[in-house]
Amino acid sequence: MNRILIAPLALAVAVLSIPAHATSPEELDIRARQMMKDSFKDHGIAKTYRMLQLDFQQACSQAKPPSADVMKQIEAEQMKTIKWPADGKYFGDWKEGEKIAISGRGLTWTDKAGAENGGGCYNCHQLSHHEISYGTIGPSLLEYGKVRGNSDEIVKYTWGKLWNAKAYNACSNMPRNGDAGILTEDQIRHLMAYLFDPASPVNKR
Amino acid sequence: MANPMRIRASAKDGVTEVRVLMSHVMETGQRKDASGALIPAHFITELTAKHNDKVVLSAQFGPSVSTNPYLAFKFKGGAKGDKVTVGWTDNKGESRADEVQIS
Amino acid sequence: MRNALKPIAIVAALVMSHGTAVAQSTADDIAKYREMIADGNPSELFEMEGEELWKTPRGPMKATLEKCDLGMGPGVVKGASARMPRFFKDTGRVQDLESRLLTCMQTLQGIDPKLVIDGKFNSGERKTMAALVAYVVTHSKGDKVRVDMTNPQMKELYALGERAFYYRTGPMDFSCATCHGEDGKRIRLQDLPNLTKHEGAAAGWGSWPAYRVSNSQFWTMQHRLNDCFRQQRTAEPIYASDVTIALSVYMAAKANGGEVMTPGLKR
Repeated sequence: MNRILIAPLALAVAVLSIPAHATSPEELDIRARQMMKDSFKDHGIAKTYRMLQLDFQQACSQAKPPSADVMKQIEAEQMKTIKWPADGKYFGDWKEGEKIAISGRGLTWTDKAGAENGGGCYNCHQLSHHEISYGTIGPSLLEYGKVRGNSDEIVKYTWGKLWNAKAYNACSNMPRNGDAGILTEDQIRHLMAYLFDPASPVNKR
Repeated sequence: MANPMRIRASAKDGVTEVRVLMSHVMETGQRKDASGALIPAHFITELTAKHNDKVVLSAQFGPSVSTNPYLAFKFKGGAKGDKVTVGWTDNKGESRADEVQIS
Repeated sequence: MRNALKPIAIVAALVMSHGTAVAQSTADDIAKYREMIADGNPSELFEMEGEELWKTPRGPMKATLEKCDLGMGPGVVKGASARMPRFFKDTGRVQDLESRLLTCMQTLQGIDPKLVIDGKFNSGERKTMAALVAYVVTHSKGDKVRVDMTNPQMKELYALGERAFYYRTGPMDFSCATCHGEDGKRIRLQDLPNLTKHEGAAAGWGSWPAYRVSNSQFWTMQHRLNDCFRQQRTAEPIYASDVTIALSVYMAAKANGGEVMTPGLKR
């Protein structure tokens, strides 16, 4: 028995000893985190505290997503951050929503504090029939309301997704518009109308 | 003083091709800066190209031409070693002329 | 701005009549437009300025950069940027083109690197730097990306660069990988190279630094990375800081063997 165990151990030692001073992955993780603090400086509203990661951001910072269990745990935590409309009013004005969807402004060091941010939706999503300048990082949302209807379930899901996309997919590329204070509750109402209103160019040809 | 142009001129089968890259802001006079103030117009108005001392091209430029304009044209004649001179004047009265030998 | 308006207007007109086959034709039209103006890439103007600056005595020591060692021996410019970033024995660290030029400006000319590090893009010594970069990278055009990944310091920076690439942070939870981690994606109409693979990295790393038609500026790689982080909504990366070198090593290593197309010509 002993002999069988010793052989692979000896092999492992030999492999590890080849790069004499190579840094371990854990050490590199620590150094990388230090680098992400030391290499940046404050500029306007973009302060260095932005370089500190939230737990879920750290968990989603590898080429591969974390385990299904970790994902579920993150999603459950993020779900708690969603603020549902107190008055039960989910919809605003789709025309305002379109402006928010088109604007990608806000929160960079060239933006001013207190300025109204855009949603940047078109950076990643196709939305309406007439706006051809759309990105493809996220799925097409063309005819969003027309295809999905307006059941309570889909309306609630969409509000939640807009407020904090990480509640539904822990490592989603989509920002937490409501939770991170990118958009106001009213702006999210306008985006809801843009997605669901039959008169909105998202649904009306 | 204005920055130099990059001029290339090459002769082949009795035709000389000239390619000119000019360094100029080409402000239209319709743009605004960060504070909302109008940026004054500043653009090339006239351009002349000469083969030795003979004018082979004269052009009027306007504010619709891009920053750092690029111009390519051909003329009949020209031989290796001949001079090609390109000169421009802008709306502020500034000017620049550069010269190359045909290759 | 206005330079880009014309081709876009053409694109928009096409779109009206052709409907859905739009994305591909748009990309094709942009490629055609690039081809059309490639002959007159205005980065040549910056290159000319850079060549002049390279040979002009400057700084407190009134010296030129003609003895600057970019890794191929003093004064050798040809092929130098294709092999960067690289480890330099005299400084004991890996340097990209811009941090190496800072070393040369300091040691040969006595110019304080802070003038560049704390400066503003398109002005002062950073403007000088951009012209010098244009001059140097033009002399690697057509070469292959050849960074030495057998060097242990390079390997370590690659590992750090990879971690930086996937580092999600800030109010929008973005990392480099958010936009540059998958094939065939776009932001608006802008194609995004997948920098995690050779093909995308070769396209991206191989075509910067570049002249940007939309703002008539010549952008170095430091400038490009700076704007990526701006759009990521992070704090501002310090000029030539470790993260910028690490990411450069990561991209260059992925691009290794690809063609150097610098100076590029961009939107």
